[in-house]
Amino acid sequence: MSATPSAVSVKDLTKRFGNALALDAVSFDVAPGELFGFIGPDGAGKTTLFRILVTLMVADGGSAIVLDDDVVRDLWSLRRRLGYMPGRFSLYPDLSVEENLGFFASVFGTTIQREYDRIAPIYSQLEPFKTRRADALSGGMKQKLALCCALVHKPEILFLDEPTTGVDAVSRREFWDLLSRIKGPELTIVVSTPYMDEADRCDRVALIQRGKILAIDTPHALTAAFDRPLFSIAAADRYHTLQAARGFPRVQAVYPFGATLHLTDARREVPAAQTVAELSSYLREHGVPDAHVEQTPPTIEDLFISRMGAPDDRVVA
Amino acid sequence: MTELAIDAKELTRTFGSFTAVDHITFDVHAGEVFGFLGANGAGKTTAIRMLTGLLRPSSGSARVAGYDVATESESIKQVIGYMSQRFSLYDDLSVRENIELYGGIYDIPRAELRQRVSDVLTQLHLENAEKELVRSIPLGWKQKLAFSVALLHNPKLVFLDEPTSGVDPVTRRQFWELIYEAAHRGTTVLVTTHYMDEAEYCDRISIMVAGKIEALGTPADLKRQAGVSSVDDLFVALARSA
Repeated sequence: MSATPSAVSVKDLTKRFGNALALDAVSFDVAPGELFGFIGPDGAGKTTLFRILVTLMVADGGSAIVLDDDVVRDLWSLRRRLGYMPGRFSLYPDLSVEENLGFFASVFGTTIQREYDRIAPIYSQLEPFKTRRADALSGGMKQKLALCCALVHKPEILFLDEPTTGVDAVSRREFWDLLSRIKGPELTIVVSTPYMDEADRCDRVALIQRGKILAIDTPHALTAAFDRPLFSIAAADRYHTLQAARGFPRVQAVYPFGATLHLTDARREVPAAQTVAELSSYLREHGVPDAHVEQTPPTIEDLFISRMGAPDDRVVA
Repeated sequence: MTELAIDAKELTRTFGSFTAVDHITFDVHAGEVFGFLGANGAGKTTAIRMLTGLLRPSSGSARVAGYDVATESESIKQVIGYMSQRFSLYDDLSVRENIELYGGIYDIPRAELRQRVSDVLTQLHLENAEKELVRSIPLGWKQKLAFSVALLHNPKLVFLDEPTSGVDPVTRRQFWELIYEAAHRGTTVLVTTHYMDEAEYCDRISIMVAGKIEALGTPADLKRQAGVSSVDDLFVALARSA
């Protein structure tokens, strides 16, 4: 078998459920050793895509090659080579930590002892609780156990479907730290999340919405692709300020963003300083005396919003 | 003096030898959007159950909209609304039926309810979807509908449990606009979430760690005091020092 240039190569993948188009001609490539993220809301098609890639569902059109194996034709070879962590907790709740892991190892004809080195970074954190039933673990610990079970047969690629959804901030951070530690030339990781702020933990991300990929690139390149200056408005009364800013004659878009509002100017060519001056005086004249306007760097979420709103959402990779 | 929507003093709840909520003292002003944060197991749910009159405190006190949580819990239930990500609407009832059901539960007079139902449908642009089963409408609509239903009886205070998880960023902002609008009209909003960017939308936040409130203030002040750039960093620093 020749060396593969891509760990995952997907072309025009399409899947329908009745009238609903879950995946609409999706194409992308993941390089070996990459930590690649799919970011999008519920219903974007992330789970459907992952199920097709791990050979649990067959697409209606297009092709998907994972590690040189076709996901339909070569499923028996591929299944031994990939690890999959579904979005819903899918371990045995009434088995202990050790029993769950031992079970998954035995399915692949191996043992915890034999694979210990590979899983040690994660399993060492679970070992103090190895006799505890899986359903008695905290959310973060459950996710670590599920990751361990997906890794125990030494897969070459991991598919993790929303591993951090519903997990608290500390556990989420620990989970991403673990992924950074275990990824490498021997292990490609494909992960999905609905949380835009997790994009920075990935080498590259695909933004996905309603079955279509809106953009694919490194997190830095994605925010750099934001096509005009972005401004933040800080004022005590956000509700009133939002109403006032909507009336700004040059406004392209304005929306709440954390403690501030974000606004873009419809005139792309105008210097940022001019927008700041015009917008500040407009807001002062319209009942927002304390508005503080400044240019601000766009985030992944700003880009997602701008691409979502665009009439033409072609892939821009 | 501003009116207090929540006034908790040394509020405590123990289960056997375990102290789930450990002498928490905080207040929430009328019309404020307050973020109630904490890691899994930090005691948020127990605190909320006491504040909604569902669980008696072991010691300490709390007044919600002026009523004592220990002795006037039935009055509290009349003046609060509650929306949870997991359960708020009946999937096998239509949009209109869901609104009418909640109106009935809160004893809203028939003529008034008819007007409110029509107001909600108009505000959410759901006029043409009123006969659709809730099961079949998009998640973003469901969340906005659940919020409007929680506000149907004009509560003084509404509790939101992870209101926007899983929706797209535009729908999420539409949801926050509904929250700001409700707060602007004087409704107090208490949001529990463990997604930290959501916290940045709040006027003030508290962070619970192991049953205690370890931080209380505006997101900007708390970040400045801790020398961090996001509520996420602040949260992780507090939780790890526990």
